Amino acid sequence: MSGPSEPPGDGGGGAAAAGRDPGLQPERTRLAWRRTTLSCTVAAILAARAALHGGTDTLGVLGAALCFLAWLGFLAVAHRRIRDLALHEAGPPAMTRRAAVVAVACSVALAAFAALVV
Amino acid sequence: MIEFVRSVRLWFAPERVRDDGDTPDYRFSLANERTFLAWLRTALALIGGGFAVDQFLPDLRWAWRAGLALALLAAGALCSLRAVSHWVRCERAMRRGQDLPVSRFPALLSVVVALVAVAMVVVVLAGWAG
Repeated sequence: MSGPSEPPGDGGGGAAAAGRDPGLQPERTRLAWRRTTLSCTVAAILAARAALHGGTDTLGVLGAALCFLAWLGFLAVAHRRIRDLALHEAGPPAMTRRAAVVAVACSVALAAFAALVV
Repeated sequence: MIEFVRSVRLWFAPERVRDDGDTPDYRFSLANERTFLAWLRTALALIGGGFAVDQFLPDLRWAWRAGLALALLAAGALCSLRAVSHWVRCERAMRRGQDLPVSRFPALLSVVVALVAVAMVVVVLAGWAG
């Protein structure tokens, strides 16, 4: 998967994690989270721009604040996950279901907001 | 459909999945997570594209602009929901030692993106002609 020097994976439980070469898997996953955070930032900025398009009335500011909130939610999930991966290089825990659901909820919230603005 | 509802309930009940089968090699779990993130990026790019169509094509007639933007946004929302659903199903299949789930979603998404791209080309050409 990540190089010729890698020992054959045993596909077993987490107990054997110490004897396994993690390769660059945790780092690649961290970078994937960073890339995704960047995508989320771009989408959130476009959303805030759309919200403030009609001027800085109450509704526009409220919409921009909600977009900012969705972005913050994603940022929090990504930060926790990146920290977990960095702390447990030798045998990182699997992503929790809640993290996945929150991350998806943030992107769906942006889409729903966009549909309202259009 | 019932299968889908069951899998949605699984998203919010992590402890029930942990009883299922064995913990897979964490490298496979991380690869599954990266696939999930790649799909999420695709979804965010589609959503960003929807915003961009709405804001940066102001000369377009309203029906075209709203239609294109809503198509992109719907594709983005579907894509992100499908990302988490596929991640859960892959994780469960790995725990049970079953084959990974197959899906026609990538093909459908490609067709939708191609249709939107063709629509954009038509819009741009019509803009030049008009």
